[in-house]
Amino acid sequence: MSFWEKFTLIFTNAKYLDSMLTGLRMTLVISIGAAALGLVLGTIVALVGIAQSKNPLLKIPKFLCAVYVTVIRGTPMALQLFIMAFVVFAIRGFPIVVTAIIAFGINSGAYVSENIRGGILSVDIGQTEAGRSLGLSAGTTMWYIVIPQAIKNVIPSIGNELIALIKETSIVSMVGMYDLTAAAKNVGSGQNLANYMAPMTVAALFYLAIVYLLTFIIKKIEGRLRQSDRR
Amino acid sequence: MIDVKNLSKSFGDHLVLDNISEHISPGEKVVVIGPSGSGKSTFLRCLNLLETPTSGSITFQGREITDPKADIDTIRRQMGMVFQHFNLFPHMTIRKNITMAPVRTKLMTQAEADDTATTLLKRVGLEEKADAYPAQLSGGQKQRIAIVRALAMKPKLMLFDEPTSALDPEMVGEVLEVMKELAEEGMTMVVVTHEMGFAREVGTRVLFMDQGHILEQDEPHAFFAHPKQPRTIDFLSKVL
Repeated sequence: MSFWEKFTLIFTNAKYLDSMLTGLRMTLVISIGAAALGLVLGTIVALVGIAQSKNPLLKIPKFLCAVYVTVIRGTPMALQLFIMAFVVFAIRGFPIVVTAIIAFGINSGAYVSENIRGGILSVDIGQTEAGRSLGLSAGTTMWYIVIPQAIKNVIPSIGNELIALIKETSIVSMVGMYDLTAAAKNVGSGQNLANYMAPMTVAALFYLAIVYLLTFIIKKIEGRLRQSDRR
Repeated sequence: MIDVKNLSKSFGDHLVLDNISEHISPGEKVVVIGPSGSGKSTFLRCLNLLETPTSGSITFQGREITDPKADIDTIRRQMGMVFQHFNLFPHMTIRKNITMAPVRTKLMTQAEADDTATTLLKRVGLEEKADAYPAQLSGGQKQRIAIVRALAMKPKLMLFDEPTSALDPEMVGEVLEVMKELAEEGMTMVVVTHEMGFAREVGTRVLFMDQGHILEQDEPHAFFAHPKQPRTIDFLSKVL
């Protein structure tokens, strides 16, 4: 059988195709869940990090957020996943997919928070001063004036982070999960196709397709947000 | 209207304002001049607490605004501020720039604010720009919009921080014209500027600042005709 025949077989053989699609579904579930969790977590951590208040009580959450970002960014993703799967959520019957979403979400949140923080700080301080001098509160100024401009600055780097996240989920087979990469390995094994090149290529195309679609969506959003820049 | 008592401000160990006391009455047009680094912008920015004074007190319409318990947002609604770099909100149309604050602070409904915006835009001859974005405007137009945006809050006092310093020379006139009209309507104004012509023509009082002090002040004609301090004479000889 030539490479091309094997390649076609993956799409025509119900068992192989089903296997690949099951893996793809898992990759998507983890990616979307983790992205959502990461964005929420990242936004909260960024806002806590940036908040300026005379209230000394704010020092505690500020400190915790700084520790969170430092630890998560300073340790390998695989290790974080192991700790989540084998220690924190090593509870019988606890769904591993939830564990994975939490592990990747927490990881992504650290990177997202740094992106958002940078985006907010990149907005000219004059914008905040203008808002405050009109008598708007710090919160209103942040929400209606600073954040909409920060989002525009942040979208490209958030896009990068989401793309990295999707590809990074391929390590979940290390804790025995069946994602797209694991499926390619399974389909290519001796009991099945006995050829790795074809299923790996299919998996690669699937990843590429997801990333391409995501890039396209991000470009669209960027274009819309840049409308006010046109002269 | 504004009473400044023993105001000092330092950034780190650099003393920018040194024990300034000053009173500004309703209807006055106070023009603050001086070399750069003299503290004139900092003085202006202290008046609406964009800079927090290191010591001293500021009272606005009988309320001490430097009191930590004072509701600074409410007080700022009565003081408009115009910046050197306009600081229009680039992601909003001109109309939205003007109506946002009065609507968000519940001073007006959206419809009332839209009416106010139209009236104000007509006044500065920019009503056809209502749906444009700031990036589509020239510097002079942006600054006129910035003035209008501050006026939409119906302030009792207007603060101008070098409003023409970032403009092309040919656009300075249109902005000063708007400010002049505003002065004629009786608005209380504090203007930090390098436009000596404006100071002479529109000001009711000129303050000369140097190294964190108000060195000399007078009614403009007397001030420019007979400056007393050597530093003032030196400064004026360079700028006039």
